Amino acid sequence: MKNEFLMGNEAAALGAVHAGVNMVCGYPGTPSTEILEACAKRNDGSIHVEWSVNEKAALEAAAGCSYAGGRTLVTMKQMGLNVAADPMMCLAYVGIKGGMVIAVADDPGPISSQTEQDTRHFAQFSKLPVFDPSNVQEAYTMMLDAFELSEKYGTPVLFRPTTRICHGYASIQIRESAEKHEIEGFIKDTRRWVIFPRTSYLNHLKIEERNDKLSETLSDYKLNRIEGNPSAKKGIACGGVSYEYVMEALGSFDDVKILKVSTPCPFPEQLASEFLDGLCEVTVFEELDPVIEKELVYLCGKLGKSVKIRGKLTGDTQRAGENTVESVKDVLCGYLGIEKSTKSLPASPELPVRPPVLCAGCPHRGSFYAVKQACKGKKAVFCGDIGCYTLGNAMPLDMTDTCLCMGADVTIAQGIRIAEPDTLCFAFIGDSTFFASGITGVINAVYNQNDIILVVLDNSTTAMTGHQPHPGTGRTMMGEIVQKISIEKILEAVGVTKIAKANPLDFKESVEAVKSVCDGNGVRAIIFKSPCIAVSKPSPSLGVKKESCIGCMKCIRELGCPAIVNSGGKAYIEKSLCFGCGLCSQVCPVNAIGGESNE
Amino acid sequence: MNKNCLLCGVGGQGTVLAAKILSAAAMEKGLSVKSAETIGMAQRGGSVVSHVRIGENVHSPLIPHSCADVVISFEPAEAVRNLCYLKKDGLLITAKKAVMPVTASLGGCKYNGEEMLGYLRTNVNNLCVIDGEKAVAELGSSKVLNIVLLGAAVKSGALGFTFSEIEEIIRKSVKEQFVELNIRALHYSE
Repeated sequence: MKNEFLMGNEAAALGAVHAGVNMVCGYPGTPSTEILEACAKRNDGSIHVEWSVNEKAALEAAAGCSYAGGRTLVTMKQMGLNVAADPMMCLAYVGIKGGMVIAVADDPGPISSQTEQDTRHFAQFSKLPVFDPSNVQEAYTMMLDAFELSEKYGTPVLFRPTTRICHGYASIQIRESAEKHEIEGFIKDTRRWVIFPRTSYLNHLKIEERNDKLSETLSDYKLNRIEGNPSAKKGIACGGVSYEYVMEALGSFDDVKILKVSTPCPFPEQLASEFLDGLCEVTVFEELDPVIEKELVYLCGKLGKSVKIRGKLTGDTQRAGENTVESVKDVLCGYLGIEKSTKSLPASPELPVRPPVLCAGCPHRGSFYAVKQACKGKKAVFCGDIGCYTLGNAMPLDMTDTCLCMGADVTIAQGIRIAEPDTLCFAFIGDSTFFASGITGVINAVYNQNDIILVVLDNSTTAMTGHQPHPGTGRTMMGEIVQKISIEKILEAVGVTKIAKANPLDFKESVEAVKSVCDGNGVRAIIFKSPCIAVSKPSPSLGVKKESCIGCMKCIRELGCPAIVNSGGKAYIEKSLCFGCGLCSQVCPVNAIGGESNE
Repeated sequence: MNKNCLLCGVGGQGTVLAAKILSAAAMEKGLSVKSAETIGMAQRGGSVVSHVRIGENVHSPLIPHSCADVVISFEPAEAVRNLCYLKKDGLLITAKKAVMPVTASLGGCKYNGEEMLGYLRTNVNNLCVIDGEKAVAELGSSKVLNIVLLGAAVKSGALGFTFSEIEEIIRKSVKEQFVELNIRALHYSE
């Protein structure tokens, strides 16, 4: 064993590499992204690592490899599992040969997500075992254990870290080297690999039996355990990072019995029953949904135990959002009488709100502004999507009227147009989102004769999650340079009637492009192409000519660029932030912005 | 030695690298480290926080309130926002210059860095305000504010690291052509 300082996602990745993983697939999504990236970084060349086009493709590709005996890891964020739900639900019945772990990162808060959905429910729904690490060390250890369990029982296994595990760092113990796993090869067996109603009925019976047995086995799992005072009358049950918050909040207080649940499904009933023995009441700390809490309530009923179970359902703990040491302490203060340690500070001056904004120089700003200007006076709706460009909703751009889930901009625009035939319906989609789930929506619109204007914001990367390559970038995670897949050619091929192209940082050209597709029928498209500032070199920064600036603040009011501030009634450009995109100089009515300094 | 250090600022200011250097220095001394970062949407100009927890018997990756030995803030309002983490008589280091959010430029909120500094002066016993703007101008690079602030923390002794311990990590983790600049930045407050 050796010591390394790792991010939780790196620890999980290393666990998979050390377990002899042969194929790693996934789709980027905060907080899961670095798992796959770390696999690519630690790849000695023997592992196939890919960013798949979406989570469904990733899971299916991995399933094929696992059928042939390869060990596979699939990575995604919680909502990605909604996309991959179809293959996962079926695969739960079919099973696998080579170990398969589906790593799904949940995001309590939520910090970077649309929902606070709980993947532990998906585990119960699909009847797949799930591991729920409490810290970075466990992210490593449980990944190894998950592969072992998966291969032993021939089933995919879920691995569900949360943001604080994924993005936490710790110095942990890891193995010296990776296991090498030889792939046996695909052995034809239609009764096994072809899903049919009759086999699914039989497999359903087997799965229920297996999970009963697993519940017993997992009661002895080293990371499911009872701690604290065995004769205490009060108990705490917890899982995930909440376990660490409980331990921190308790400090030296030890008159309590603790149940740590690392495998919420199948629930370790025997261990939990032993925990409940002798207790009068239990408080449950977990994030997202009351999964452990409901299992304990059920178990009390099943076993006829009279133990009061407190948690989200009883209103004793918070129902939504992240737990913290403080939130746990607040509850424990009333429950166990431990001391609250917070000092109160006098009221502070009003703190500035810092909503996330499009970066200075972001080409999306130009795209949104051009559409906004071209549509002045027209009735228009702007449907947005998932990515940096969701930030187009912020003032002053105010260019995102709807945002739902990956790819939904294209289809929601269609529905609004049906309901409001006199409205121009714009659908804004990024390049990675287009490949992930936009194409089907475009085909739907073309086929059903819907009148929408598709706006592709092509910045040549998957920006929000940290610049992952995708089919349009011509790079793969194996380091190969490949043919770039052309969005324009796809649009042509599926029958989009008119396709305009523009550089979003050229204001005039962009407005003309938008105007050229406003009139007309059917699906029209504009492709705005300019690279994300994080993957391109800056141009020399601009400055405001003080003597020319009339202080109208049009640049600030219209663009909302973080590099431009109001300095004593005149616009001022922060040199350290300016990327030199030049959009503001095209908006200034008196040509006061140019290549010189602010002085 | 158990030390908790919280670094806070606005997305893009370089809090993450400073936190990494601290963590690496602790590892080098054979100490256990846990840390946590803000990653994702908030990095786009939002408030960001890095927690670094050094020592044994540390559970939560986040520093509990009133437990930070040192808070290093890259911006006065962020120092006020995170003051709840500072322990009694803990050290607060903050850069002087306010970073205006776009909402302030649009007139949506009034924000004055001076008001924040006034609040800190009244409520923090152990306060160190650094003129970061002057420092980076003198050093000739806007990128080293993080190391200047880290240097101020090292100088105070509150982190339990010496200058040479941090220097060693900088030599290992920064590109060769920037090592000299960063070491000058580290010693700026000395």
